[in-house]
Amino acid sequence: MLKMTHLSKAYRTEVVETYALRDFSIHVREGEFVAVTGPSGSGKTTFLTIAGLLEEFSGGEYQLDGADVRGLNDNQRSRLRNEKIGFIFQAFNLIADLNVQDNIDVPLRYRGLNGAERRRRIQESLARVGLSARARHYPAELSGGQQQRVAIARALAGSPRLLLADEPTGNLDTQMARGVMDLLEELHRDGATIVMVTHDPELAIRAQREVHIVDGQVIDLAAHPRLIVGVQTHA
Amino acid sequence: MFNYYLRLALRSLKRNVVLTALMIAAIGVGIGASMTTLTVFRAMASDPIPQKSAQLFEPQIDNWGPLKHGEVTGESGSLPEQISYTDAMAWMNAHAARRQTAMYATSLALTPSNPEVRPFQVPARATFTDFFPMFDVPFLFGGPWSAADDADHADVVVITRELNDKVFGGANSVGKTVNLDNHDYRVVGVVDRWEPVPRFYDLNNDKYGKPEDLFLPFTRAIDGQMMMWGNNNCSGDVGVGWEGHLRSECVWLQFWAELPTSADAARYRSYLNNYAAEQQRAGRFHWPPHTELHDVREWLVYQHAVSDEVRILVLVSFSFLSVCLLNAMGLMLAKLLGRAGDIGVRRALGASRAAIFGQCLIESAVIGLAGGLLGLALTALGLLGLRSLLSDEVNRLAHLSPVDVGIAVLLAIVATTIAGLYPTWRAAHVQPAWQLKAQ
Repeated sequence: MLKMTHLSKAYRTEVVETYALRDFSIHVREGEFVAVTGPSGSGKTTFLTIAGLLEEFSGGEYQLDGADVRGLNDNQRSRLRNEKIGFIFQAFNLIADLNVQDNIDVPLRYRGLNGAERRRRIQESLARVGLSARARHYPAELSGGQQQRVAIARALAGSPRLLLADEPTGNLDTQMARGVMDLLEELHRDGATIVMVTHDPELAIRAQREVHIVDGQVIDLAAHPRLIVGVQTHA
Repeated sequence: MFNYYLRLALRSLKRNVVLTALMIAAIGVGIGASMTTLTVFRAMASDPIPQKSAQLFEPQIDNWGPLKHGEVTGESGSLPEQISYTDAMAWMNAHAARRQTAMYATSLALTPSNPEVRPFQVPARATFTDFFPMFDVPFLFGGPWSAADDADHADVVVITRELNDKVFGGANSVGKTVNLDNHDYRVVGVVDRWEPVPRFYDLNNDKYGKPEDLFLPFTRAIDGQMMMWGNNNCSGDVGVGWEGHLRSECVWLQFWAELPTSADAARYRSYLNNYAAEQQRAGRFHWPPHTELHDVREWLVYQHAVSDEVRILVLVSFSFLSVCLLNAMGLMLAKLLGRAGDIGVRRALGASRAAIFGQCLIESAVIGLAGGLLGLALTALGLLGLRSLLSDEVNRLAHLSPVDVGIAVLLAIVATTIAGLYPTWRAAHVQPAWQLKAQ
């Protein structure tokens, strides 16, 4: 599903070249639930934005669902992102002046779906996250947990092949975080491929597999026992 | 997607009412100022007879000699703008054009039949019968006098609808008489509304004023020694008495010829040049023959129908509009970049740069439309102000036509959209990754 090989990402100024990712390789298979962990500044979010086609990479290869994404123009990347990827952000990133159903409608509009199809998908995804009754509420009228559920509904509405979650429970209290994680696990059980960036070992442990990043590189946890926080390959 | 973008634009404008109001006000004030001056300019520069402006010509002839060029106009090399009686009569008798008329403005005292109404002065034009079909003058009652009336120096007049309302209460006055300068004249026609702007056929006085209230045969006016109410420029011998004046080289008459085709115009040019050469041979002109022929639009330019002051005013007002648009552009930039987070989210959800560009551009156009409507209201106020400040002559120009309304709205939308290009481009190039990382 997602395969990066010797990928690098460098930020250049006139005098300095800083690598956010270096010789970075990862392979996420269809149906996997992978947690990407690492300390702050290790390159987790950069990995996620490159994986989500929001940012270009400097070198290496990246194949998404079998397609080489290097050299795609903005329209092609946007279409691929719209059709294959669903995003879940730490800050929810709902659009404040759109109500719940209009927020979920956003990616469907860019997909060019007709009104009936959009309405069907919105209803289904809201039902999936248990918020059918809140369709006309605005984000400010919802709790943090509910907002994140709306964000998940928005990500699901487009039936993406890959869900990218960036610290999805980072802004939630323990109870709400548990609810969101339960939902992600349920989606995974239903066949979704999920890549979740987190610095929380307790969340990482709920993923199938953990990939640890330090200084922009994937670390083999078995070779660096002191970095081991939990079980790396989970049942 | 257009409807979707339109809905988003309206929602966005409602989100920050103060910023939106400032943008609309900036554009509205700019449009109001520029449209006020543009409306006056357009009226001044408009083609007063578009259907025939390329077929109507004002001839000029150098009857003063090159040393006196520019004595009337103040511009070296320019010929007298009017012609002498000698030349006018020669050209009328030659019948070299399909239609032609010499003419001049005069004034007559009208004594109403009702003794309770006091006599009043009526601006009049002495002309030939061709005047009416040449200039497509519409008639409410009756029609022009005949060529025979011209030849017979007949006591006939054509009056305007306004004068007919005033003297005859709006009734059909054809066949009735009016007393002018203690002499009775028979009304043969009543002109319907006809107000060419500028008044191209005589730009010497009141160039944006109304046509005269009364028309009478040129031959009758000459017989009656009716004085001209316009410019009379003389060089050298001014002659003694009325007959002397007619024989002098004073220029005081306007002359128009209708030449339907370019071949007709070319033939008429030849006629004029031959005529001038003939005058030289006859010893009247002691300089090379020099004539010119201008159609209506050329004549308006030649006569500076639009003053330089008005042109400068339009330039200044459009510069002001540019400043207003720059202001609006800054506000739009602030507004759009303030929404960089939302734009980043939309990009993450699949919006291409082109989609964001389209969405923001429609928002600019909506602001432009609102600014245009405000600008229209301010233009109406501006023209109202002009009417209260300026002369009656300018008052006729200070009104909004449907075309002006269209121009104002279109100008606002196009100008605002252009001003919005940079903010829109910046919005479309928001880096979604950076925005999302920042959040």
